[in-house]
Amino acid sequence: MVDVAAPLVAAAAKPGQFVIVCLSTDYSERIPLTIAGLDTQKGSIRLIWQAVGKSTAELANLKVGDTVENILGPLGKPTHIEKFGTVVCVGGGIGNAPLLPIARGMKEAGNKVISILGARNKELLILEDDFKAVSDEVIIVTDDGSYGRKALVTEPLEEICKGASKPNLAVAIGPGVMMKFCCATTKKYNVPTVVSLNTIMIDGTGMCGGCRVEVGGQTKFVCVDGPEFDGHLVNFDLMMKRMNAYKQLEKQAMENYEQHKCRLKDIGTEAQKNSKF
Amino acid sequence: MDESTKHLNELLAKHKAGILKPADRYEIPPQAMPAQDAIARRSNVSEVATGYTETQARLEALRCLGCKNAPCVAGCPVKIRIKDFIAPIVEGDFKKALDIIRENSLLPAVCGRVCPQEVQCQLPCTVGKKFKDVDKSVSIGRLERFVADWGRKNHDKTNPKIAPSTGKKVAVIGSGPGGIVVATDVRRAGHDVTVFEAFHKTGGVMVYGIPEFRLPKAIVREEIEQLKNMGVKIVCNFVVGRTRTIKELIEEDGFDAVYVGVGAGLPQFMGIEGEHLVGVYSANEYLTRANLMRAYDFGKGADTPIAMSKRVAVVGGGNVAMDSARTAVRLGAEKVYLIYRRSEKEMPARVEEVHHAKEEGIEFHLLRNPKRIIGDSGGVVCAIECLKYELGEPDASGRRRPVPIQGSEFQIEVDTVIIAIGNSANPLIGQTTNGLELNKWGNIVVDEKCKTSLDGVYAGGDIVLGAATVILAMGQGRTAAAAINEYLTGK
Ligand SMILES: Cc1cc2nc3c(=O)[nH]c(=O)nc-3n(C[C@H](O)[C@H](O)[C@H](O)COP(=O)(O)OP(=O)(O)OC[C@H]3O[C@@H](n4cnc5c(N)ncnc54)[C@H](O)[C@@H]3O)c2cc1C
Ligand code: FES
Repeated sequence: MVDVAAPLVAAAAKPGQFVIVCLSTDYSERIPLTIAGLDTQKGSIRLIWQAVGKSTAELANLKVGDTVENILGPLGKPTHIEKFGTVVCVGGGIGNAPLLPIARGMKEAGNKVISILGARNKELLILEDDFKAVSDEVIIVTDDGSYGRKALVTEPLEEICKGASKPNLAVAIGPGVMMKFCCATTKKYNVPTVVSLNTIMIDGTGMCGGCRVEVGGQTKFVCVDGPEFDGHLVNFDLMMKRMNAYKQLEKQAMENYEQHKCRLKDIGTEAQKNSKF
Repeated sequence: MDESTKHLNELLAKHKAGILKPADRYEIPPQAMPAQDAIARRSNVSEVATGYTETQARLEALRCLGCKNAPCVAGCPVKIRIKDFIAPIVEGDFKKALDIIRENSLLPAVCGRVCPQEVQCQLPCTVGKKFKDVDKSVSIGRLERFVADWGRKNHDKTNPKIAPSTGKKVAVIGSGPGGIVVATDVRRAGHDVTVFEAFHKTGGVMVYGIPEFRLPKAIVREEIEQLKNMGVKIVCNFVVGRTRTIKELIEEDGFDAVYVGVGAGLPQFMGIEGEHLVGVYSANEYLTRANLMRAYDFGKGADTPIAMSKRVAVVGGGNVAMDSARTAVRLGAEKVYLIYRRSEKEMPARVEEVHHAKEEGIEFHLLRNPKRIIGDSGGVVCAIECLKYELGEPDASGRRRPVPIQGSEFQIEVDTVIIAIGNSANPLIGQTTNGLELNKWGNIVVDEKCKTSLDGVYAGGDIVLGAATVILAMGQGRTAAAAINEYLTGK
């Protein structure tokens, strides 16, 4: 997690929007990250991510005071926030980060907010306290039962949908599978559901089509038409396949990066100290 | 002294004596563009066409008849005084030639390389008409490029004069050719100019679309440097409509006028089965990954995970399709197929690019069009199924309409499909700017001065014209800049 000074972005950002971070001008992948929070006074935005590929790993190795090459944003359409009644916010893993400002926005708009937070285990659960501050009720689930209930997020979600006061809206952000099953659950009970998609992105301005998804049988661009869509219309299977698109190559880039790190170690500690890795 | 120099000297002597007849000029062979070897260039990204030598340029210039009615000028979107710049080339006065071009065109090194001359200035050329072959017209574009490159080599940069500061602020949105021209012309008039660019690099399609081997990025960089030297401010990673809206730029940030040159955007897909498969790219994505993020250096430092494609199908027949196909070759593809639904005659690509593409071993499948893209169990492309077509009656564009032949399906095994069938207008500016009039395709509507429906807001280039050309974007930039300068004088 980092706070980055980006005054223009901070001034314009609204819940649901994201930025694209670029580590170097010539050779770097552009990383889309949702804005998890902002401080308009300091002019900074908060970003949270998981190191999965080389670029996110590099990002994770930055130290306080380091700079990133550039940040583009805020991108995407902001979340539609109004008083719906009861809103269930479902976050999985790193998805809690972008979900937080939405939950806060919903609460401030006068909704009753129930948050369901899921993680693989206790260590990987993030932002619990922040959610407690903006929710009427927080339900924690973990895959291994190391904290909260041992369940998938869909279990409490289904209970709530089935319950006496059916929610007016669900917002689900997390891994593709999680969003897919959340939507399958809410569909059964006719609860409108918003999901936020984080596909591969390049320009973030609608120029490349790399971020395309199928929504209601039509091709949509996540960066200009989204990132939020009606979850009941999203073709998650196609999306997840596309997300795997570059995995092989990401892996290769990661390996190159690791090797590079090893070489650096060989050169000696001094070199390592001076290197940004 | 070699043959051609001897030939040139003989012709020059006759020319000086005033006895060089049109018949003599017709006899001069059209000068071929020197190019890198077709096999060697498959594995590098250096420029393919290497440019005329001085002797070649002067011989080619001697082919120009200097027609009184100058039919070529009518074919030039910015009305460069063509015969007037060609005459000094004969004399070897390249500086004078360059100054004449610069009166009307700010980016001659770019236009000389990428303009579709065969359908513009070179189409009505009397010499070409005489031979009933546009390929035998005077190579105006190659001469323009020669002169521009001469200027670059000899550091002939006349820093344009800038009028005293007016205190007026102008925002230019997008750093493509249109934006560069507006920034230059408006800055010259003494206004304070800021260019906002969404990408982390400036130059628009000239940097992320058109590949290095056709337009070296150093040329575009020099143009941007020139802007900076003139005191134009350049802000990258700034998406107008998101970071700030046009309304905010005008009402809160104090800009007095705005030029919108955001380009075409939104790539079109065909809407056929399989377009979401892994390994299907829009040409924009493919070229951006290759150019801007230097995928051709993958493993050496470039992180962009562009697929290591071996068998590639490119769909389309324009410059964008040629650029994609030729980029795939350079990224190491063994087989590249170009699939186009009409015949070669209807291809909108520049003739030289089609020629170069064939030389590089790209296989043309004309009168064919994809029906669906087939994937394996992991959702990765493994083949493309096409239909054969024949040409029917002319359609609205005047070109003969391709008609599918029933039952003619066939498959080609591929691991990558690149769709290069055009773009539609990017909706971002329209969505975020109240009162901005758009046409039914989402392009911004402007009047003959490139003014939009909003006061102080002007637009040009691909966002107005749909996918057009560098020179048309430049032309509109000129018009808009003149109108902005006029508007600000009255303000
Ligand atoms: C692969 C390819 C090959 C081509 N080959 C040729 C050729 O050989 N000859 C020829 O004449 N033409 C060619 N063209 C077409 C030509 O490049 C375009 O017509 C021309 O560049 C359009 O110029 P423009 O001024 O409209 O802006 P563009 O060059 O389109 O640039 C627009 C800029 O605006 C930026 N932008 C977009 N939205 C925003 C925003 N909201 N805020 C800030 N910035 C924004 C973009 O990032 C971009 O840099 C080709 C195009 C492509 C894609
Ligand atoms: S990221 Fe390129 S179009 Fe959305």
